[in-house]
Order: sequence, then C-alpha cells, then structure tokens
Amino acid sequence: MVSELKSYIESLLSKGVRADLRKLDEYRKPINVEYGISAKSAEGSAKITMGDTVIVAGVKFGVDKPYPDNPDEGSIVVNVELLPLSSPDFESGPPDVDAIELARVVDRAVRESKAIDFKKLCIKEGEKCWMIFIDIYTINEAGNLFDAANLAALAALQDARYPKYDEKTGVVAYDERTSKPIELLKIPISCTILKIGNNLIVDPDLEEEKAMDARLTVATADDDTICAMQKGGEVPLTTEEVKKIVDIAFKKRPELLKYLKK
Amino acid sequence: MITYTKRFDSRKFDETRPMEAKVGVIKRADGSAMFKIGKTVAIAAVYGPKALHPTYMRNPEKGILRCNYNMMAFSGTGERIRPGPGRRSREISLVTEKALASVLDLSEFPNTVIDVFIELIQTDSGTRCAGITAAIMALADAGLIMKDMIASVSVGVVGGKVLADLNKEEEDFENGAVDIPIAITHKDNKITLLQLDGLIKKEQLYEALELAKGSCAKIHELQRKALMEKFTQNGI
Amino acid sequence: MGLIVQDKQFVIPGDELATGIDYLPANGAYREDDKIYAAQLGLVNISGRLIRVVNLSGRYIPKAGDNVIGKITNIGFNGWMVDIGYAYEAALSLKEATSDFIERGSDLTKYFDFGEVIVAKIVNVTRSKMIDLSMKGPGLRKLKGGKIIEVSSSKVPRVIGKQGSMISLIKEATGCQITVGQNGKVWMLGSDFNKEMLAAAAILKIEQEAHTSGLTEKIDVFLRGSIK
Repeated sequence: MVSELKSYIESLLSKGVRADLRKLDEYRKPINVEYGISAKSAEGSAKITMGDTVIVAGVKFGVDKPYPDNPDEGSIVVNVELLPLSSPDFESGPPDVDAIELARVVDRAVRESKAIDFKKLCIKEGEKCWMIFIDIYTINEAGNLFDAANLAALAALQDARYPKYDEKTGVVAYDERTSKPIELLKIPISCTILKIGNNLIVDPDLEEEKAMDARLTVATADDDTICAMQKGGEVPLTTEEVKKIVDIAFKKRPELLKYLKK
Repeated sequence: MITYTKRFDSRKFDETRPMEAKVGVIKRADGSAMFKIGKTVAIAAVYGPKALHPTYMRNPEKGILRCNYNMMAFSGTGERIRPGPGRRSREISLVTEKALASVLDLSEFPNTVIDVFIELIQTDSGTRCAGITAAIMALADAGLIMKDMIASVSVGVVGGKVLADLNKEEEDFENGAVDIPIAITHKDNKITLLQLDGLIKKEQLYEALELAKGSCAKIHELQRKALMEKFTQNGI
Repeated sequence: MGLIVQDKQFVIPGDELATGIDYLPANGAYREDDKIYAAQLGLVNISGRLIRVVNLSGRYIPKAGDNVIGKITNIGFNGWMVDIGYAYEAALSLKEATSDFIERGSDLTKYFDFGEVIVAKIVNVTRSKMIDLSMKGPGLRKLKGGKIIEVSSSKVPRVIGKQGSMISLIKEATGCQITVGQNGKVWMLGSDFNKEMLAAAAILKIEQEAHTSGLTEKIDVFLRGSIK
C-alpha cells in the first residue's frame, strides 16, 4: 500500500500540488508558538502547533560538576519523548532510535550554532556549572517533528529565567525565579526537506513522510551560516539536490524566525 | 496546634481551585481531554480497542484497560524529574486503572486493549485526581460503553479543618496535612478511588467524603459542558 | 414515570433517560432497577418503546451484514487476511472469495495480492470477534486506483445521507465513483486528481460538521463554490 500511496503522492507533486493543496515549499498553517505553558513548574516552556502537529518543550536548570574536559563550561541536555499519547504508532518504553536522533539533531543545532555561550554557564571552574535540560514531548504527531521540535526548544529557551542559586549552600531555589534570561547569541532554525521522487518539499505531513525517499534537515545559525545537518532515508541525494535544499532552508529561515519572539 | 481559619489562597473550605476542561485536544487519539485545576494541568488520550500484545495477556471474555500516568520532566516544582516510570507513577497508574475500569464495560472487545495515557504538563497538587478527571472524559469522547462518569478530587484535613482540593501549600502544612484523593461516580456516588495519607479521626473522614461528593458534582457539570462543546453546535 | 429526555438530546454516560417499565433499553442504554440510563456518549434515539443512544465517536466495531473496505495483509493456505480497521484482521476464505473453483496449492495472489484493496461483506462475527468476510454479493469487488480516505465510522451515516442523498450529491458534482465502507474507509476514483480531491474535501467537511444542521445544503454550496 505504501507504494500505491507513494505513486499517488508523486503524481500530485509532479503537478506541483500536495494533498492538502499546499505549494511544495509551503509550511502548514497555522504555526503557533505559545510561551509559558508550564510557567509554574518549568523555568521555561512553550507549545508549538504546526498544522496538526503539536509539541511542548520545557527547560529546567540544574547545578552540576563541569565535564573534566571543559572545566569552565556548563552544558545543555536535550531529551525527546515520542509519547504514545500523541500517536497510535508510538509504543511505551525507553526512547527509541527515532527519538534519540531527533533529540541529537535539536541538540546539535543549539550547540553548534553557539547560541548559548557555555562558559557563561560556569559557576565555579572545575566545581559547579549550570546544566540546562530541554525536555521535548510530542502531543499530537502529524509530521515534521524535526522542525517543530527545534522551534519548541528555542521558544522554551527564550522563555526561560534562571532560578535563584545560593553559592554558599549550593542550593537552587526553584521557587524563586530571577529575571535573568538565557542569553541567546544565535537563533538556530531547522528546516527539513523531503525528497519524494524528483520533488523537494518542506514541512511534510504523515503520508508524505511514509512516501519519502530521502530527508535532509538543515539548521541555519543566521542568514548565511549552516550549523547542523542530518540526512535521513535510504535514497542518496545529488550535490545539486543538496544545494537546492540548502537554498530552501535559507529562504525559509526568516519566515520561521518570525513565529518566535524577538 | 495552629488552627487553620483562612485558606492560603482565600478559598472557602469547600471550594475547589478554578477549573477548566476541554475535550478533543489530541487529534490522532480516539478520545482525548485536558483538565486544569489551579495550576495542575493534565492531558489524557485514549487509543483502542486495539490488538493486545503479548498474546498471553489477552482476555477472551472482554477487553482490558491499561493506564499510564506520567509527569513531564519539567512539570515538577523542584529539580528536573528523570524521564521514565518510577515507583510513584507506576502506583498511580495502577490505582487510576482500577478507578476507571470500575465503570467501563469492555465485554464487546474481547482480546483487545484500551490504552489510556495521562501526562502532566504542570503540577501543583492533585495530579492523579486531575488525570482521572481528564481520562474519563477522554474515554467518553472515545465512544466507549460505560455505566457512568467519574470525577476526582483530593480532599483533606489541614490545621483541624476539613477542606476540598488541597493546594501545594496546604499539602505541605507544617503541622501535617491529611490528603485523601477520591474518585466518585456521578449517578450513584460510588467511590472508585480512595487513598489516604495522614492521621485522621473517623468523623473527619466522613465529613471529608461528603465534601468530596459536592466537589465532584461540580467537576461533573464541567465535564458535561466540555463534552457537549465538542459534539454539539454551540454546545447546546 | 416515563421519558426524561427528548429524542436527539445529547447525553453522557450515566444520564437518566427514562423511569418505569414503559420503555426498553437498546444499544447504548441500560436498565438498573426501574430506570434506564445512557451507557455511552451520544444522541438519544426513541423509536416506539425502544430507547437507544446513537454514538458520535469511537472506533469501528464490526457487525455481520456491513460492507467494509479493507486491505489484503496476508495470504495463507485457506485464504486471505484483511485489515478492516479493527483490532484484529478479518478472514476471507477461498470459498467466499470467488465462485471459481480454486485448486489446492494454486497461486492465490492471482485473485487478491498483498496490499490490494477490496470492498467485502462481513458475513459472521463470533463472540470473540473473529470476523469472516465474503466477496459474494452486489458491489463487492477489488478496488483499483483512486484514493482512500478515512472518516470516523460513527459519521458514515451522515456521509451517505438519507437514502444515499449526500453521497449522490458528491458523485454528481465531482463525477467520481465513490464507495463508502461502514468501517469509515471511503474510496473515490475520478477522471482527474482535482475531482478526487474535491470529493475527499467534501467528505472530510461532512465529518467535521456532522453535528450541524442543514449539512446537505452546506455541502451543495461548497461543491458549487469549488467547481466554478
């Protein structure tokens, strides 16, 4: 049946249309960012709606010992749970490889863009640093989790405020939040493009994902710098295709950026 | 002993925190709902009846109900909660399952499973009760056969006073609080969840049970309104 | 004594529908002592002395006599397994698949191959929900090409309409062949993809607005508006 679905989708795409009448380079609407959905519990939180896809993300701060190889730096930890609540296709249990890939791609975009200066997360060299935990959950799975998770993580980071920390006692007062935000030096934006037959499309829905040949996620750090890429799918891409995809990612960046607050 | 004369948030003793309910919040689920009480926010989704694996768990007489309660890693008041089921969430899943199963009739679905997933997005207190209140709406939304609706609230004793819907400050009251999560059926006020932590005289317990009935009746009306809003024009 | 609710009233589980013995509970309702209560969310339907609750949601529950659309998922010695959107697959035996004589050991993919889509009739559902299908009957066939969409099985009566009025309206306006399975799967085949997409959009609109009144007119307006 997948093959029949694939040929149907391909025949639509070759005519320049998609099953929901979108253009090939058009994101679903509405894209909606809601900040502070867990304002009492999380230091930062947000909910992203992208078409029917719904994702929430939350930021929690922790104080830990720096990694020995970077004694003057804090770090981030990104975790994604593909909740069985969000799709009949997801099973309970420890994160599967898809969730791990998703978390790592979100992590790399933030990390490699140098959006956060990890040195500023250091409290005392070699002893104490801030760890920023970004936990991402799917609420309704309807395709393009890569881009939605990226936006959710960034919105939660934008929303976050440090809790109060007592350097003498080493205690984090989670109920006393300061007004200090996480300084974001860059806003890495991820754009995921699928290749189906000879067509390149953005923001795939579930059926398009089933019909995909290849996938390339391109995260851009600013108007002319790429900070992370991840290819998926078993069909290879030509250099020409990669160039086209990168162009699309840069073209879509300002559009996606405008959904986040300044 | 300090007597509790005025609640921290100025509520009346029999008054719940502000509540909100919405049905149909997760498109891909067969049934879903959100329930908010104070700052506690629970969402629930129902999937099924569907094939049950492993096979040995199948019941040829009727379908089985399987519940999963979980707090999101960022939903706690203190440090991040490590993802994955701990002892607390497994126990809550179990009592939730029993509370819901008592009204469900799954005899039409032998050998199958109905999955209920409850996620807490933000927590204050009363999370298991909020989860049950959301889950029963999700089950009704999924069109399942059930004898009755259930509403759930936590009642208790703080500073010698019996009160409804303890908030976090009351749960942590310095002289000790008694916390009693209860779920009650609507039609004939039967109790399907009952837990208790703390020291209490039996008269106070009976008083608390009566109080729970009143709160659950209000929750029930909110559930009805939320279900109506999804299925009827202008919620008529 | 008597009725407590009105016909077509929205009820939720546990709602009292009637008292006394004048009425009898049917699907979606139950009796306890001298009262009848709703056993599911839905709309009250009173016909004569019978009170039932018509469901507005929920997965498809197979019953004998239903025509369903399914996909071949497996082929065994004695026939085919078919996914009809229930928890377990339905069985189509050699005997019920065709009136041809099929010799033992012959290649069954000649008749129905993996992934092919059929419209079949449910002939039997056992107590433990084993489902038997048949291809013998008017309209039962293999479906080739076209597009399949899914609607909630509780909305199927609205998609079909009174005496098939709704589906006829869509067929006429789009020129598509359309087959509606009781399991909520709808197949359509048109002269081009635009027509199929229009038919699909109309059917999804019916599903979304199934609880509103004047639906046939709305769909008529929608189809006219989209065609010009």
